[in-house]
Amino acid sequence: MRPEQQGVEVAVLVSVGRHPITGRARRADQDARGLELALGLERQLPGSRVRLLHAGPRGEESEAALRGYLGMGLDTLTLLEQAEGSDAIPALAEHLAAAPPQLVITGARAERGEGSGLLPYALAERLGWPLVNGLAAVEKVENGVATVLQALPRGQRRRLEVRLPAIVSVDGAAPEARQSAFGPARRAELEATPVVAEPDQELAQWQLSPARKRPKRLKIVKAASARDRFKAAAAKAEGGSGQVLEGVSAEQGAEAILKLIEAEGVLR
Amino acid sequence: MSEIRRRDPRREWIARNRLHPEHLSVLAEQGVGAASEWLGPNGVVRKNPHAIGFIGPNGVKRIDRSGAQQGGQAAAEGTRAAQDSRRNVIIEAPAFLVAVVPELSGGRLSGHDKDLLGLARHLADADPEHPGAVLAVVFGEHKEDAFGEAGIDRLLHLDDDAYVGFAPEARLAALSAVERELAPRHWLLPDSPLGGADLGRRLALRLGERPATGVWQIEADGEAPLGWRCTARGAAESLDIQRPLPRVALALAECAEPVDETRHAAEPLSLAEAIPSALSRIEDLGQVAVDPAGVALAEAEFIVSGGNGVKDWDGFHHAAKVLGATEGASRVAVDDGFMARDRQVGATGTWVTARVYLAVGISGAIQHLQGIQSCDKVVTINLDPGCDMIKRADLAVIGDSAEILAALVAKVEQQRGGQRDAA
Ligand SMILES: Cc1cc2nc3c(=O)[nH]c(=O)nc-3n(C[C@H](O)[C@H](O)[C@H](O)COP(=O)(O)OP(=O)(O)OC[C@H]3O[C@@H](n4cnc5c(N)ncnc54)[C@H](O)[C@@H]3O)c2cc1C
Repeated sequence: MRPEQQGVEVAVLVSVGRHPITGRARRADQDARGLELALGLERQLPGSRVRLLHAGPRGEESEAALRGYLGMGLDTLTLLEQAEGSDAIPALAEHLAAAPPQLVITGARAERGEGSGLLPYALAERLGWPLVNGLAAVEKVENGVATVLQALPRGQRRRLEVRLPAIVSVDGAAPEARQSAFGPARRAELEATPVVAEPDQELAQWQLSPARKRPKRLKIVKAASARDRFKAAAAKAEGGSGQVLEGVSAEQGAEAILKLIEAEGVLR
Repeated sequence: MSEIRRRDPRREWIARNRLHPEHLSVLAEQGVGAASEWLGPNGVVRKNPHAIGFIGPNGVKRIDRSGAQQGGQAAAEGTRAAQDSRRNVIIEAPAFLVAVVPELSGGRLSGHDKDLLGLARHLADADPEHPGAVLAVVFGEHKEDAFGEAGIDRLLHLDDDAYVGFAPEARLAALSAVERELAPRHWLLPDSPLGGADLGRRLALRLGERPATGVWQIEADGEAPLGWRCTARGAAESLDIQRPLPRVALALAECAEPVDETRHAAEPLSLAEAIPSALSRIEDLGQVAVDPAGVALAEAEFIVSGGNGVKDWDGFHHAAKVLGATEGASRVAVDDGFMARDRQVGATGTWVTARVYLAVGISGAIQHLQGIQSCDKVVTINLDPGCDMIKRADLAVIGDSAEILAALVAKVEQQRGGQRDAA
């Protein structure tokens, strides 16, 4: 018999993205990957339900962007309508607390505004739920515990067990989002509910400007003598302090290599 | 004696000129040559070859026929200068603390960590009258022995099984205890996926602060609450946000210059109260074995790379598989059809960033060396002790590649077999 796997309630938090070159509104890449992950979960665990949630103003541009998510195969999106420049966190936390899903999926960072990646952490702190960042896949959900794979740098993965309800955030390691179909996106529904929201005072006081190019770090050579400066400038490759084993047997050589590899901890 | 060496160019010139009538007397005056050359009892000049010469800067014995032996002294002074160039700094009673939580990837301070510590020093040393101290909070085991050189005054090493792997809740509890007891003025973490990006955001929210993320520049600003203003990247790298520096800041790499002029005490510190154990709702089941061949070459951690010196390609592939390493190749190996084009490392291939790069039978042409500039440790197996790869390598084994790889595979398999028996 197969172990008991029930469906899960998933809420995907989506934002309005920004195309890196044209600057136009679009579905945000990481959020779309989050939705793709949720849709995969729906297929994997029959009886799961996915809902989409967005907090922000309603405008022509943002609506087109939000419909990009609906075109991935959903019928409705819940829009918590707020004035431009207000803090989305209280509204989202309240909405999630009122009808708690088991799993909340968000992108790691927004593509507009402050883009600090704080939202999942703030929600986790408010709701008191555990949080896992950098999710690559959900392996299974059993008895209120999800087994997930977390992406580490260098293509590595780590397996974690997290107690539900939980918040997970996804970045570029999650599965690539499917294309958005235009027709279904037009036909799907945006359920807007206005909420009162505090404007984000602090953000309004900060100075925002288009990103400047960061200065390139100079290679500063601090040498007392001309000879040292010349050596530093003409150096082909640094090193020279390495150990050279000559005239040793193959076993001894292999032993030395193995020791170094083990000390670096790359051998598994 | 005075430290200043006085030079007499005329005497030096005489000392170099063996035909000068005063040559011998000048040499005798300088105290050189006397012991290595003397007139024997039968009127024959005797020489002691061991007494002449000096050890040059590269450890090779040099003989200066003028007998003046200037190189030796200069070299000795040079090394002394190199050793003394760092000023020792001890901060007894710091006015405040700047806490840094380095990521310590692979157990050592990364370049990002060092930049961050440079930034911390910037904050701590701004007012020379009331210097602050840099406190580093280090979790788990580490292999770093140059904490002082990186600019750390106080070191809090928390070594407990609870912090191993992904343990944000336990680490957060520890940092909260540090906050309660030591109340640092600033918290700095690297905004990097492995280390601070996650922990720093958790910490900031636990402390009720709105952190600055992606900080890449700070400037003094009298009007800001903490006296500093920072510039941070926002909105997917497309915005610069200028704001007063909050208590918790997550900084990008190259946010400041690493410390290179001073050496600090890195005095061990411990917490008075015990850290409450956190209830953990996340359990780390350990790393998953990923297929090394599927990992992109540019981000692989461990690469075994083969060149023209590999004759036994089956053995090479087997070794890479047993070691669990991603395969790379030099251009010759690719051109000869032994490896796929996307495996080429170097100027016209991939620039790799491996922690360990094992180059098998690769001579180290400049185009290849360019591609491995940012590798941490380079190990090479080569027949030719004079090739350029050996100059770059941290460990070079001179010998036949096939034999050494086979021995390495045998050792690894033996070790694994032993472990399986024990388990
Ligand atoms: C424009 C340009 C771009 C290039 N770009 C690249 C690039 O991106 N990447 C790249 O790799 N090359 C590049 N090259 C080629 C590069 O110049 C060298 O030709 C190449 O790297 C040499 O490859 P190799 O070290 O494998 O071969 P070799 O130079 O032939 O070296 C073989 C080495 O193996 C050793 N050896 C032989 N037999 C054994 C044995 N049994 N056991 C152990 N050791 C043994 C030898 O001592 C020798 O050191 C480029 C060249 C040009 C002109």
